[in-house]
Amino acid sequence: MINLTIDGIQVSVPKGSTILQAAAQAGIRIPTLCWHPDQAVKANCRICVCEVEGNRLLQAACSTPVTDGMVVKTKTPKVIEARTMILELILANHPQDCLNCIRNQNCELQDLAAEYFIRDNPFENKTRGYELDRSTPSIVRDQNKCVLCRRCIDACSVTQSVYALGLENRGVSSMVVPTLGEPLIESPCVMCGQCIHACPVGAIYENEQIDELLAAIADPDKVVVTQIAPAVRVALGEEIGMKTGDLPMEVLVNGLRQVGFDYVLHTNFTADLTIIEEGNELLKRLKEGGTLPMFTSCSPGWINFCETFYPDLIDNLSTCKSPQQMFGALVKTYWAEKMNIDPGNIYSVSIMPCTAKKYEASRPEMCDSGYRDVDLVLTTREIGRLFRMSGIDFSKLAPSQFDPWMGQYTGAAVIFGATGGVMEAALRTVYEIVTEQELQDVNFRMVRGMEGIKEAEVDLNGTVVKVAVAHGLSNARKVMDQVRAGQCDYHFIEIMACPGGCIGGGGQPITKANAKRAERIDAIYIEDEGLPIRKSHNNPEVKMIYNELLHEPLGYKSHELLHTHYQFKNKKYL
Amino acid sequence: MAEEQRIVLRNYGKIDPLKIDDYIAQNGYKSLEKARAMDPKAVIDEVKKSNLRGRGGAGFNCGQKWSFAYQAQADEKYVVCNADEGEPGTYKDRLIMENDPHTLFEGMAICAHAIGAKKGYIYCRGEYPYIVEILKTAISQAKEKGVLGDFDIEVRSGAGAYVCGEETALIESLEGKRGEPRFKPPYPPSEGLWGKPTIVNNVETFANIPVIMDKGAEWFAAIGVPSYPGTKVVTLTGDVNNRTFFEVPTHTTIREVIYKLGGGTPGGKKFKAVQIGGTSGAFIPESQLDTPIAFDNMSAIGATLGSGAVFVLDETREIVDTVTRITGFFEHESCGKCAPCREGTARCAELMEKINAGLGSQKDLNLLEKLGRVMTYSCLCGLGQAAPTPALSTIKHFRADYEAKFI
Repeated sequence: MINLTIDGIQVSVPKGSTILQAAAQAGIRIPTLCWHPDQAVKANCRICVCEVEGNRLLQAACSTPVTDGMVVKTKTPKVIEARTMILELILANHPQDCLNCIRNQNCELQDLAAEYFIRDNPFENKTRGYELDRSTPSIVRDQNKCVLCRRCIDACSVTQSVYALGLENRGVSSMVVPTLGEPLIESPCVMCGQCIHACPVGAIYENEQIDELLAAIADPDKVVVTQIAPAVRVALGEEIGMKTGDLPMEVLVNGLRQVGFDYVLHTNFTADLTIIEEGNELLKRLKEGGTLPMFTSCSPGWINFCETFYPDLIDNLSTCKSPQQMFGALVKTYWAEKMNIDPGNIYSVSIMPCTAKKYEASRPEMCDSGYRDVDLVLTTREIGRLFRMSGIDFSKLAPSQFDPWMGQYTGAAVIFGATGGVMEAALRTVYEIVTEQELQDVNFRMVRGMEGIKEAEVDLNGTVVKVAVAHGLSNARKVMDQVRAGQCDYHFIEIMACPGGCIGGGGQPITKANAKRAERIDAIYIEDEGLPIRKSHNNPEVKMIYNELLHEPLGYKSHELLHTHYQFKNKKYL
Repeated sequence: MAEEQRIVLRNYGKIDPLKIDDYIAQNGYKSLEKARAMDPKAVIDEVKKSNLRGRGGAGFNCGQKWSFAYQAQADEKYVVCNADEGEPGTYKDRLIMENDPHTLFEGMAICAHAIGAKKGYIYCRGEYPYIVEILKTAISQAKEKGVLGDFDIEVRSGAGAYVCGEETALIESLEGKRGEPRFKPPYPPSEGLWGKPTIVNNVETFANIPVIMDKGAEWFAAIGVPSYPGTKVVTLTGDVNNRTFFEVPTHTTIREVIYKLGGGTPGGKKFKAVQIGGTSGAFIPESQLDTPIAFDNMSAIGATLGSGAVFVLDETREIVDTVTRITGFFEHESCGKCAPCREGTARCAELMEKINAGLGSQKDLNLLEKLGRVMTYSCLCGLGQAAPTPALSTIKHFRADYEAKFI
C-alpha cells in the first residue's frame, strides 16, 4: 500500500493507483474530461491537473501514479487558474449553442463550465465551420463540438476493433475523422453508436427523427404502430428520472399511448419467434451438416461487422432476420389482416436501444411485406425526450396492456436485451425440442454476465452442443479469427455488437461506465424471473401465428417474411 | 578568454566521414573495445562520474538515465539516438553526423553494452535526407568491419514534425504512429520503444561518450562548469558577424560567444537581445550576457540552454514582430494532443498578432501572460510548456516594446 496526503487527508491506496483514484478514495472528486472509466488513460485534456509537492509542473491526476509520502493539492489557486483557463480555451473553440444541443443538460463540458463558473470568457469565441456529417442513417457527427478527448476513437478501435475513426491534421486544426477524412458512410463504421456513449459532448449523436414520428401521429390517415425492444424498458426510466429497471412495462405502454401511438406491440413477440426459427435452423444445420458454427443475427451492428470484416463467414450467419425486421414484415401482413387495417396506412415505428437499427430498417431488402417493413426507428433516448416533453408523471400513470396478436412475450424474449440472452433463450427451446422433456431449471447462468467471451457445453440427450457468447466487437473479432482459422469447435455463437448486449446499445441513455450496463443486465434477469412463461415456444401468440400463417418453422412463409440474406460490404480502405 | 575546445567535433575536418579507416586511425572504436572489456555497471558508473548531462535540452544526467534502463528487467532493450534536429537555428547534430558518423555509432554501442541492448535506432530529421545516406553508408562499413559486434543500428527518417524531437513523440513515430508525446511516467528508460526499456539520447550526448571512455570521467568533469561539465556546440545565427558554429567549454559566457567568437553585431549596430536554445528559448537582454552557456546557469536567469542555438538580434529588429512569428511557428507545430497546447498556442499567436498589428491593449498583454503561465505548467510535453517562453521572456525584458504597440 502507498500512503499519501491529498488536501491534508491521509489516504492509503494500492501500488499503481493514480492520484485520481486516490483522491476518490479520500472523498475528493477531481474534474475530468478525457478520462473514461473503461478506457486507457489519455491525459490530454489536462483538466485534472493538481499540484504535487516538489514538482514545478502541475501533474495530471488521471495519469500520475501515487508514490509514498506524496503530498497532493487539488484546489490551490494555481490549480484553479489552470483548470479555469483550460476550460476557457476549450469553450472558446466550441459553439455557444448549449440550448439547441442534443446533449444539453447531459454534457460533461457543460457540467465543468458550471462547476468552474465560467462567465466572461476572455478568449474570443471561434467556430470551426465544419459541415455536419449526416452520411449514415444512424449517426451524425458534428466536428465543431469536438473537444478532441479521443474517447470515441478508443471506443471505435479498442472496444469495437472497427477503426473507423482516427486523427487528421495537427495543432488547433486537429480533427477526429472517419477513415482518410471521408464521410462516415465510406468508412468501415458499423453504426453501433458506441462512440456516442464515449463522447462527453454533442459531437456525435443519433440521427434524431422525433419530428418524423410527430408528423405521422399528426396524419389522420396513418395508423401508427410501435414495437419496443426488450432492452428499452430497463434503461428508459433513466431518461425520465427513474432508477434503472424501475419503469414498469405496463406504465411504459400507457406512456406510448399517451404520446400518440395508436397501437403498442412488442418486439419481444418476434424475439420469441426468432428463437423458434433460429433454434430450428441450428438443429437443421446440426442434422444436415450445414455451415457451423452458426452465428446469431439479431444485432445489426454485428451484421455490418461480419459483412465488412468477415465476408467469408457470411454463410455462418443465421438467415433469421432480427426481431425488429421480423416484426416489420409481420405487422403489415399478418397483423394488418387480423386487425383489418390497410397495410398501406400502417406507419410502423420501432423503439430500439440501437443506432444500427436505423440503418437496418433502411436496407433495401427489408420490404418483404410489400411496403417498407419498418418506417421509422427511434432510439431509447429519443423516446425519453418525447416522454419528457409529454409532461407525464410516470409515477402516477395507470398501467395499460399491449395490444393483441403481436404483444405477448416470454422471459426468453426479455433476456434478448442482455449479452448471452439469445443463447440462453435458444437453449431453453432447443433443449425441449431435442430431448422432448421439460427443462426443469431454465437458467443457463454460464452464458450470463459481462465477461467478454463466454463458453458453455449443453448436453442434449447425449448430443453435446458447444456454444460461445461474445459481446463488444473486439471480443467478436477474437472469436471470428478463431472460427476463420478453424481453431474452435463451437456449434452456435451469439454475438452482440455492443458491450453488455442491447442494454448497452448505441441508442440507450448515455452510458459512460460498464458498471451501468451491468446494472441494466440485472434488471433484465429480474424481469425474466418474474414472468409466468419463460420459454419462447410456450408463447400463446407465437403458437397461434404458426397455426394460422407460418405452419412450420423454416417453412415457405417463414422464408418469405422472416429470413434474409447478407452480402460483402466492400469498403474501399480495407 | 574564450577559446574553442573540440570534443564532439574532434574529428571535424580531419577525417573522411565515409572512410571508416580514417576514424579508426584516430583511435576510433577503441573506446568501445575498452567499454566492452568492462562490466556494464562500471561503464555506467564512469559516465555518471563524468557528470555528462543530456545535450538535447533537458540536461538530465546521462549515466543516471542509463542506470534506470540497466536496472529494468526486459527481454529486449533499445538505444535510440535523437537526431530529429528540428530546432530552428540549430545544426550541431548535423555537423557531427555529417563529419564523424562513427563517433555517434560508437557512443550508441557503448550505451548498448551498458544497458544490455542489441538494437539501436537513429531517428533522423526528415529534412536531412543526405545525412541519412551518410549514416547508412557508414553503418554498412561498420558492419563490414565488424566493429559494432552484435549491436545493430537502423536509421529511420522523420517526416518534418517539430514535436518528434520530444523523446516520447519520437518513440511513437518510430513505432509508426502519429508523432505525439506520451504522458510521463512511465519514462522511456523503463517503458519506451514498444514498451521496452529505451535510452533516448541526443547525437551530441552520444558523441561525448567515446571521449569520456577514452580520457576518463575525471578529465571530462573538470572541463567547463562543474554542474554541467564538458563542452557545448553553439550555432550562431542572426545579427552576428561570424554566423558559424563553435564548440566551447561550458563556462564560456554568452557575451564571449557573441563578441569574442561571434565577432559582435555587424555594421556597428547595437545589440538588442539574444535567444538561446532554439525557438522556444528565452530572449536575453544585454544585462544577462555574462551568464555561462551551462544548464543551471541559464535556468537561474529564467532561460534555457536548449540545443545551443544562439540567435542574435540587433537594435533594428522588432522584438514583438519576431515573437509574433515564433508564436505562429508553435501554433503550426503543436501536435494537438493536449488541450492547453492545442488551443493555447493558437491563442498566443492570435494575441501576438493583435498586439503586433497595433490593435492590442494592456488587457491583451495581461491575458497573454496568464495564458503563457498556465501553459508553462499544465501542458503535456515540453513543446507546450516551452512555447510561451519567447513571449513571456520578452514581456519581462522588453515590456516597453509591447506597450509601444498598444492602441
